[in-house]
Parts: sequence; C-alpha cells; structure tokens
Amino acid sequence: MATLNILILVCLAYVALLFTVAFLADRRARRDHAPWLGTPLIYTLSLSIYCTAWTFYGAVGYAASSGLEFVTIYIGPTLVMIGWWWGLRKLVRIGRSQRVTSIADLISARYGKSNTLAVLVTILAVVGITPYIALQLQSITLSFGIFAGVDGGDRDVAGGITFWVATGLAAFAILFGTRNLDVNERHHGVVTAVALEAVVKLVALLAVGIFVVWGISGGVSETLARIDNSEIGAWRMDGGRWTTITFLAAAAFVCLPRMFQVMVVENDDERHLQTAAWAFPLYLLLMSLFVLPIAVVGLDMLPGGANPDLFVLTLPLAEGRGGLAMLSFLGGFSSATSMVIVAAMALSTMVSNHVVMPIWFSLRRDGASFSGDVRNIVLQARRISIAGIIALGYFYFKLSGGGAALASIGLVSFAGIAQILPALVGGIFWRAASRTGAMAGLIVGFLLWLYTALLPGLGIGLMPYSVITDGLFGLAWLRPHALFGISGLDPLVHSALWSLTLNAATFCLVSLFTFPSPLERLQGAQFVNVFDHSAGPRGWTRSAAQSEDLMIMSQRILGAGQAQALFQREADRQGLPGHLPDPTPDFLSRLERELGGSVGAATAHAMVGQIVGGSSVSVEDLMAVADESAQILEYSNQLEAKSAELARTARQLREANEKLTQISLQKDSFLSQVSHELRTPMTSIRAFSEILRDNDGLAPEDQTRYAAIILDEALRLTRLLDDLLDLSVLESGQVNLNLRAGKLSDVLDLAVATALTGAERKLVVHRRHLDEQIALHTDLDRLTQVFINLITNAQKYCDAANPTLTITVHDIGGGLAVDFVDNGSGIPADAQSMVFEKFARVAAEKAGGAGLGLSICREIMARLGGDVAYMPDRGGGAFRVTLPTVLNLAAQ
Amino acid sequence: MSRHVLLIEDEPNIIEAIRFLLSRDGWRVDTHADGRDAVDVIRRVSPDLVILDMMLPGKSGMDILSDLRALSDYHSLPVLMLTARGQSRDRDMAERAGVSRFMTKPFSNAEVLSAVRDLVAEVPDP
Repeated sequence: MATLNILILVCLAYVALLFTVAFLADRRARRDHAPWLGTPLIYTLSLSIYCTAWTFYGAVGYAASSGLEFVTIYIGPTLVMIGWWWGLRKLVRIGRSQRVTSIADLISARYGKSNTLAVLVTILAVVGITPYIALQLQSITLSFGIFAGVDGGDRDVAGGITFWVATGLAAFAILFGTRNLDVNERHHGVVTAVALEAVVKLVALLAVGIFVVWGISGGVSETLARIDNSEIGAWRMDGGRWTTITFLAAAAFVCLPRMFQVMVVENDDERHLQTAAWAFPLYLLLMSLFVLPIAVVGLDMLPGGANPDLFVLTLPLAEGRGGLAMLSFLGGFSSATSMVIVAAMALSTMVSNHVVMPIWFSLRRDGASFSGDVRNIVLQARRISIAGIIALGYFYFKLSGGGAALASIGLVSFAGIAQILPALVGGIFWRAASRTGAMAGLIVGFLLWLYTALLPGLGIGLMPYSVITDGLFGLAWLRPHALFGISGLDPLVHSALWSLTLNAATFCLVSLFTFPSPLERLQGAQFVNVFDHSAGPRGWTRSAAQSEDLMIMSQRILGAGQAQALFQREADRQGLPGHLPDPTPDFLSRLERELGGSVGAATAHAMVGQIVGGSSVSVEDLMAVADESAQILEYSNQLEAKSAELARTARQLREANEKLTQISLQKDSFLSQVSHELRTPMTSIRAFSEILRDNDGLAPEDQTRYAAIILDEALRLTRLLDDLLDLSVLESGQVNLNLRAGKLSDVLDLAVATALTGAERKLVVHRRHLDEQIALHTDLDRLTQVFINLITNAQKYCDAANPTLTITVHDIGGGLAVDFVDNGSGIPADAQSMVFEKFARVAAEKAGGAGLGLSICREIMARLGGDVAYMPDRGGGAFRVTLPTVLNLAAQ
Repeated sequence: MSRHVLLIEDEPNIIEAIRFLLSRDGWRVDTHADGRDAVDVIRRVSPDLVILDMMLPGKSGMDILSDLRALSDYHSLPVLMLTARGQSRDRDMAERAGVSRFMTKPFSNAEVLSAVRDLVAEVPDP
C-alpha cells in the first residue's frame, strides 16, 4: 500500500504542478506576451496530445501482437505534417479569418452557417470520442492496478481512484478551459500544461527504452539481435490494413476535435506550422523508437500471461526500478490526462455552442435580453458540458467493465472521426460542395460506421450477436462485417472502406445535384480562396479611419440620418465619446446586417470587407454580388411590370374620367343649348302676347300678324321638343324600328313631295327613276325622315340663284348609296366636320330649325345599319346616305 | 327730340316686338343683326342706348360689349343685354365686361321698357 500511497501523492503533486504551470501561463499570457509562450516549440509539443495513453502503453502491446503495424499510427500524421502542411496552413488561416471555435463550427460555417450540420458533427464526435475517453480512464486504472497488484492491495482502490482522477480532470478542464470567454478561444494555460505533459511522456518513454536497450538487453546490437529472433520483428505487412490505418490515422490527426483544438484553434501564428512540420514527425519518431525493443524484451523477460499493453510499466517494476516505473507511470498518466482535458474542452465547446446554447436561446426567445449575462450562460454551458463529457466517458468505462475490448476502440474511434474528412477537405478545396451534400455524406458515413464498426466492436452488447453472424433481420448481405456480400476483409478495413467510400461518393454526388444558397457560396468562396481574402497572419488592424470610411459608405446606402443614428448608438454602447465606434467584429457584423437589408448580404459583406479587411474582392465575391443583383433586378423587373400595369390602369381611369368630364361638359353645353333654343321662341310668344293684351287699339291686320307670329313660334317650339325627344330616343337605343318591305323610288317620292309642300322657294329636284327601282326592307318611315331632312336642308341653305338638287343612286360594294347634291356653294370646309353635331348651325341666318336635323339623321342611319356623310368637293352641298345590302331585297 | 335706341338682335320676331314696344313709347329704334360689325354700327349710329343680344352670328354680344368698353368714348353708354342663356355665369361675365343691365329672355315688356327709360335717364345729357 505504501507504493500506492506514494503513487497517489506523486500524482497529486504532478497535478498540482500542472495546475501551477497552467495558472502561471494563463496569467503571463494575459499580462504580457511571455516570450516562451506561443512559440513554435510549445505549439509542436501541444500537438503531441495525438499520443494518448493508447499510444504510450498500447503501442507496445500493439507491437507485441501485430509487429510493426503500430508504425502506421505514426506514419499517418507524419505524412500529413510533411506532405500536407499547406493544407493545414489553409485550415489555420480559415480558422482565424472565420474565428472558428471547433471543427463542428468550421464545417457549419463553411456550409452556410448551418447549425444542423454542426449538431451532426458534434454528435459524431461525442459518440466517437466517448469510448476513447473511457480508454484513457481505463489505462489510468490499469496502471494504478499494476502498482496495487504489486503491493497485493485491493484493486477496487484503483477503481475508486479512477473516479477521483476523472473528477480531477474535469475540474482542471473546467478551471483552465472556461476561465474566460475569449473570442479567439485560446487557452494558454492548458496548452502550456499539455506541452509540459508532452515532455514528461517523451522523457518517460525514452527513459524506459534506454533502460531496456542498455540496462536489460546490454546494447543496441544485442537488442537488434533479439528483435531479429522474435517473430514480431518480421515485416508482416497486410497492405490493406497498413494503407487503411495510415489513412485513418492521417484523417484523425486532422479531424479529431482535440487535434483541431490545438492545431487550429489554439494556434497563435500560422508560421509555427513550418516548425511543427519537421519537429512533430521527429517527436513521433522518438516516441516510436523504443516501442519494438520494449515489446520484444518484454515478451522475452516477462511471464506468458503478462499484459503487453503494460510492459512499459511492468518491465521496470520487474527489474526493481521503482523510480523508473514511477516516471513511466507519470508518462502514461500525462498522456491520458492531456488527452481527456483537451478532448473534453473541444467537445464541450461544440456541445455548448451548437446544442445547449441554441436550445437555451429558443427557450428564452420571449423577449429576454441577451446583453450582459450571456457570457456567464455560455461559460456555464461549457462547464456543464465538460463535466458531462467526462462523466459519459467514466460511465462508459464502468459499464463496459474495461477489458481488452476497449483496446481496439482507438482505431474504431479514428474511423468514426474520419467521416468528417470528406466534408472538411471538400469544403476547403471545392467550391461546389454544398450543405446538403455534406449532410448526406456525413449521415451515410456515420450510420455505416455505427453499424459496421462501433456497435459490433463495443463490448457492452449494444448489438445482438445474431446480427453480427446473420445480418440485420437475418439478411446475410447486411452482416456488419460483410456488407453487401463483401466478406473476407479485415473488419476495420471493411468498415472504413464502406463508410468512407460511400460517404465521399454521397457527398460529391449530392453536392453536384444541389444548388448552394448565396451564403453557402460566399462562405465556400471565402474558404476555398482564404489566402486571397484574409490579410496575412496577423488579422485586421483597426483604426478610426476605417470607422470613418464605414460611416461614409453607410451614409450612402442607409441615408445620413439612419447611418449616423446607427453609429452613434454603437459608439454609446462601446462607451466611446463622439460618434465613431471602434470597428469591432460585433459592430461589423451588425453593420453588415443593416447594410444587407438594403443591398443584400453578399454585397454588404464585400463592401465592409473592402474597407475593414483591406482585402481585394474576389471573382467569387463579385459573382455572389452579381447573383444578388440578379435577384434584385428580377424583383425590380417585377416591380416595373407592376408599376406599368398600375400606370396602364391609371391611364384607363384617367381616360374614363376625361370621358366622364367631357360627357358632363357636353351635357351642360347641351342643356344650355336647349335652354337657349326654347327661350328664343318663348320670348317672341310672350312679347307679342303682352302686346296683344296691353294694346287695345291695334290695327286688325297687326293683331292677325302678331297672332300668326305667336302661332309660328309655338309650332317651332313643338318641332324642337319633337326633335329633342326623337334624338333622345334614338341616342338611348330604345327606338323601335318598324321594318317593312318597300321600293326606294316610293320612299323618295314621298320625301320629295313632303319636303317641297308649302315651300316658299322653288327647289328643282333631279332624279333618275330607273335607278331607283330597288326593293328595300327597312324602317321606311325613318328612311323617309332622313330624306326629307336632307331635301329640306338643300331647300333652305342652297344659295344658288336657281337651286337644284340632284338625287342619284349608286351600287357601292356591299351597300347602296343615295347621293343628294345641290348646286349651291356647299358647307365651308371648317364647318364640315361639325354639321352632324347637335345645334350646329352653319349659316349665319336662322332657318327656323333648332340644329338637330342632321344629328337625328345620323342616329337614324346608325340604327338602320347604314350611314349619312357629307361629301366634300362635289361642287355643292352633298350628302350621301348609305344602306347595307343585307337588308335589300332582290329586285323584282 | 326723341331718344335713340340701337337694337342688335338676329331673331326677326323679337326685333319686331321690341321695335313695336319702344316706338310706342316714343323711341327711335335702329336695328342691326350681325355681330361682326356691331361696334362700327354703334359708333356710326351713336345711340343713347344699346340693346344687345348675347348669341349673335359672327361675334358674341359679350365680345362686342368688351370691345365697346375698350373705346374711351363708350365707357358710359348704357347697354342692356338680353340673353336666352340665363346662367349666372353669363351674368357674372357680362357684369365684369361692363354691362349696364342684364335681362334674360323671355322678358316682360314692361320691364324692358322701364329698364330702357331708367338707363337713359341716369345718363346726364352730354
């Protein structure tokens, strides 16, 4: 028990050291830039959280069972660091320019800030990482158990210790991972502690290795001889497995949330990658240098039942080197704790940002103000998430009961995390990659991985054994290890092959067939062309000049009043005097939104970026702007069409109104005319009536003459009223036509006779009776009325010495024309157009009519389907009456 | 000496009625039926009073009145306007144009007679 107690004391002391280092580093980082903080060395060492307890202990066990295959775990990251550092640089640059907080955030930001996608990645990460955390806890428990077992103490003590270790890790992660809410999500304390642990585990492993090679084996050559003799020294290369594991390790190195955390989020300067590109592979080389010797010597020296996973511990113990064993234990402890802390921090950021906070916001949507206390809420969410994640790992560890099943969980976990790779790599290199594609690929990969790797691999009976042997629903082609009938492959290769291939294929195909939204395209362009957009490794410089430029631009777009109010509000909020606020990211995004309301989001982004980022606007940005402009153009086209329609309607209304006004004016004018025409005869009647009444001594002939005048004027009144009524009936269309058959010559005979009866002047009428033998079927009375009117007019107005009227009949195409032409001077050209208007009188002298005759003729002819028109240039007054042929009857 | 009236009117029956009335009252009545040369006729005849119809061939009574009033010698010549268009708008226009009396047709013979007498009596002899 003494050793275990010492061990616990050492652990506590070590943890206290970590706390101190982290605390100091945090404080230094906040006060000033300590030169040793944020160096390439610290950065490189922090990357070593890739090497977990699984690597520290497990690599030896791996080598003991599978020989050199363990190297693949190191080859993958090495290849990435050396061969793909430019890809990592791009990730780091994107991470900074987009202020990315986690890999879920990055994926979400790339695909149009889709939270659904972020949630998906978060779930995938939590599901994949939880067993991994359990694995770390198990390694700590096992290593404690070794010391407990050596002492013959109770193993349960070790189990109890695991709980306290988990609690301690949670406390550490909470303390240093959620001290403050930095926009950059940098945690110098944690990173420094992780770097320290990296040194401890390297030193421990190297010490054990050196002891084994020189202390036990007796030198390098002896050790090599031992390896040559051992069967695990043989190169048993399974191409499929080697390639697969190398690839998975490489993918996991990029996609693991904790790796993303230290590599991208915690990165201070992307130039550190240049150092890490050679230094980290060197670290991995050192870590793997003594794995094989330790395994071989361990297999040689230790009894058959010894767990190869713990050779690193048990070899020094067996040789009685308690101090070395203690160091080795601390190495493993470091590996486990650093992994758990960073993984819990990274996962908690994802869980709180993409799951907890959205839920909290949606619950509090009803008018709660998010001003001051959101910060605390976020920190609280982080803390709870960290505790929850570590608790999940702990319970998983307790439930699975530890054991060998966990050992394989590392690679399974890698395979799960690797599902993010297509969406990640596609997202930063392929502009056409779409949100739907990423979502579909991730879901397909996730489900296949669950079915073929995680569920069958977990030792806690999540999948019935029958499913593994017979397939789901007894369908053989659904067997998890022989999907679609492909059997005989290594289960891991099989799973990785299916899940990653189908994931990538789905991602590409769906991306090709879906159309990304403008925001997605803009983000895509910014990610893919990040080096063209972001301004160097140091980010934006802020100045008042920018604020002024922003102000000028905003005034142009929003108008002076609104822009000034916006800036003033923001300056007040920032507590600055004057009206120019600092261009903080917060303000810039708000400004972008305001401007976006007027000019569209992409345009606003490009404009703000132009001023603040100092970046050039790329072709993609311009295309996004053009897309927006096209949409706006379409809207404005629709608006134009609408306004044209409105203008048309307005014009129609105006026309209708004008017509009504005109009709109203015509009515007024008509009433005024009628009034005049009625009052004139009435004036004579009244005047002469009064004369007759008041003058008794009138001569009888005068009396007779005045009475005759009264009679004449009364008759004139009657005629006027008759005409008015007639016109009114004709105009209203309520006239009843009396259609009869008759002959044109008869109608003309009657008209001429009536018109000439009692006439004072002699009008000579010329006719050609032969032409007039035409049968008609029409309203003969009305037609007669028209003819009488025309003949009477000639009689009244023909100014020739010997007035003559010639009536001729013509067959015009489709109708019959009757012309009335006199030998007078005709109607003056300027009056011809108005002779058919009501009350139009051409001659200066009154002729007894009210000026309604021709109006009535026109209305009658319209009713009869014909027309009456004045014919100019016929040598005198000339009217033509046309009748439609349709109503003509065949000649007898 | 008998007073002199110029009647500018184009309805023959109305001319006859007014001539009868005024002659009986001892007025000398000249008539003219065309609007176009009405102002010239007034200047030539130089009557004590003009009776003017509104609707005349060639030129409206309103225009004749305006032209007449534009001549300095005819500012105060009494003009009795008779019209069959009895709208208030016409009355306003006539008053603005400087009419002495405005009467609508049909008129009462007695009223016309007294109007003529009044208008001429108001004007002091030149």
